[in-house]
Amino acid sequence: MNKPARGSLLGIEHLEAKEILGLLKLARRMNPQKPRPLLRGKRVVLLFYEASTRTRSSFEIAAKSLAGMTVLVQSSGSSIEKGESVLDTGYTLRAVGADCIVMRHPSAGAPHLMASHLDIPVINAGDGMHEHPSQALLDAFTILKHKRSFQGLRVAIIGDILHSRVARSSCHLLSKFGVNITLCGPPEFVPDLAATLAPGVRLTRHIEDALRGTDVIMLLRVQKERLAGQKIRLQDYIARYQMTTARLKLAKRDAIVMHPGPIIRGLELTSEIADGPQSVIVDEVHNGVPTRMAILARAMGKAK
Amino acid sequence: MSGKATPSILIKGGHFVDPAAKINAVMDILLRDGRVAEIAPPHQIRSAADEKIDARGLIVAPGFIDLHVHLREPGQGYKETIVTGTAAAAAGGFTTVCTMPNTAPVVDTPEWVTWLRSPERGAVVNVLPIAAATRSSAGGTLTDFAALQRAGAVAVTDDGKPILGDDTMRMALRLGAELNLPVVQHAENTRITENCSMHSGPTSFRLGLRSMPAAAEAVIVDRDVTLAQQIRESRLHVAHLSTSDALKSVRRGKRAKARVTCEVTPHHFTLIDENVGEYNTNFKMNPPLRSATDREAILVALADGTVDAIATDHAPHALHEKQVEFERAAFGITGLETALALAITKLHREHKIPLMRIVELFTSGPARVFDLRGRGSLAKGNHADVTIFDPKKRWTFEAAKSRSLSRNTPFDGWQLTGKVMATIVGGKILHRAD
Repeated sequence: MNKPARGSLLGIEHLEAKEILGLLKLARRMNPQKPRPLLRGKRVVLLFYEASTRTRSSFEIAAKSLAGMTVLVQSSGSSIEKGESVLDTGYTLRAVGADCIVMRHPSAGAPHLMASHLDIPVINAGDGMHEHPSQALLDAFTILKHKRSFQGLRVAIIGDILHSRVARSSCHLLSKFGVNITLCGPPEFVPDLAATLAPGVRLTRHIEDALRGTDVIMLLRVQKERLAGQKIRLQDYIARYQMTTARLKLAKRDAIVMHPGPIIRGLELTSEIADGPQSVIVDEVHNGVPTRMAILARAMGKAK
Repeated sequence: MSGKATPSILIKGGHFVDPAAKINAVMDILLRDGRVAEIAPPHQIRSAADEKIDARGLIVAPGFIDLHVHLREPGQGYKETIVTGTAAAAAGGFTTVCTMPNTAPVVDTPEWVTWLRSPERGAVVNVLPIAAATRSSAGGTLTDFAALQRAGAVAVTDDGKPILGDDTMRMALRLGAELNLPVVQHAENTRITENCSMHSGPTSFRLGLRSMPAAAEAVIVDRDVTLAQQIRESRLHVAHLSTSDALKSVRRGKRAKARVTCEVTPHHFTLIDENVGEYNTNFKMNPPLRSATDREAILVALADGTVDAIATDHAPHALHEKQVEFERAAFGITGLETALALAITKLHREHKIPLMRIVELFTSGPARVFDLRGRGSLAKGNHADVTIFDPKKRWTFEAAKSRSLSRNTPFDGWQLTGKVMATIVGGKILHRAD
């Protein structure tokens, strides 16, 4: 087991606030319309063991906008189907000349395993229920486009925190800047343990309590595929936690509504909210590209 | 392991610690024909000996007994063999090891028990098989306890899995009671631990790992102790106990004079869930590393006598079974070569548990649990199984130098105090440290 290669991004938890600010600053200078050849001659492998639309396409566009070459490897149609281990897949990709691996995997810690055995940077594009650092960074990027700073900010994260890697990464990130974070949902989704995640995190079971006076609302998808063995009735969830126009009025007037996607209209939010003036959901997707350009530039030592 | 025609050995000048005999003094010991021939204060043994061991400054103890090891044979020789596993045992000061039946195939017939005990296996220490409690350890039909016992099984268990059904456990305890055979339980309510890979707590939440609540162990121990109280003469042994709540049930059973015993592993008294760090699979085992509070409770129970034995749950695995995603990695770590040093470093030096008590946990304690006659104490006529160790010697454990076939230990590179200097089994010196 070695230390991950320089430029790896495995999670937000162990980043320092100044590294995060550095990445966000770099992201603001990135523009996919104005390509910069920072990754010229570099091969970025997108290794996806799990489905993805936003993350995969924006990493690919980000790499190409920096003149990098991308190769997509997915579990179906590759040797992974034949039972090749994560590490053997990693060694193979390294041997064909990968300079960086962007990896999504259903098992928490899989990118850490890869990074501790390879000498090239590994970027975590979502590992199980653990972290999704590029999403947290693009969300921070989005928040700072709409809010002056993190100072005194109140953020409510509503929904399935337990199964959410986005929530974990965002909590770590926002907590490093002293943001007041309220996690909201039923005990099946927001266990008491969730409050131990980072300083400044509190829990509530009542959406009204979470929304009152908040600056930012982050909604999460109810992850049916991770609900193994959980007993939760969707109708109850909708009645108690769905984001509606009436409920949004409890938040600050200039509050923004975020969602990492994919959204399920009629479940965690109504169409009126998703398409409403306070929604920045599409903007988040848009911001994914410059943020991931910054992450890739840093990975390749071009964070200038 | 016949001791006939082995040279006699005189162990001179060592500090003899034998908890069962209540001896804690400098003594000379003569071993002859595989048995303890004489014990006497210094310079009083007049009989000649073929060989002498100068044990001045060292502790001389009855040979250590490990109630819980996986030697992986039959069927999983790529993880460990009886030859390599017993060599690791000897290096760790263990002269007797009790093997778990969750091999391939499961040891659920008298033939396999006999196979394990056969000299052809090449064991260098005493191997006492524990047989499966149910056929294939599938939790259904009980095995033939009487036949297994006649073949040499010292207990029954479905280790690796619990005996979950109330009726099955009741019947196992009842049959065990008739035969005076302990039933060893791996206490885990597997209905609520499916796909889980570590203890439920802030660390599992942070790492996003599905997790096993402490209650999954506690409820089974609670039920089993209740059954053991109800069934006269039944013998329940709780394997690798890891939680504070389970200890409460064991205390309740002991107070009620039920024949309830328990063992604790070195890793559970040394480490906690936080030590898993960033998905280090050498910290993944079942039961998992628990909370700091659970560890504190275990330390108290080790000191106050609630715990009967330290057992390693030595569970070797090949590299390819550990160098995978945390959730997919095999449960278990090796432990035979680090057990004594961890006990001395953590229990004796850090927590001031007397050496006498620690030796008890490795010798007379486990001997009592499985009723191992002639072992666990060096009374005259007992088996000449002796462990000699230096309680002050500092050393660094290097996994690469382990005698085990596997390297899955969380203690690689640890600086420890307390080293096994010699291991004698049936009057034969098997291991000597330089």
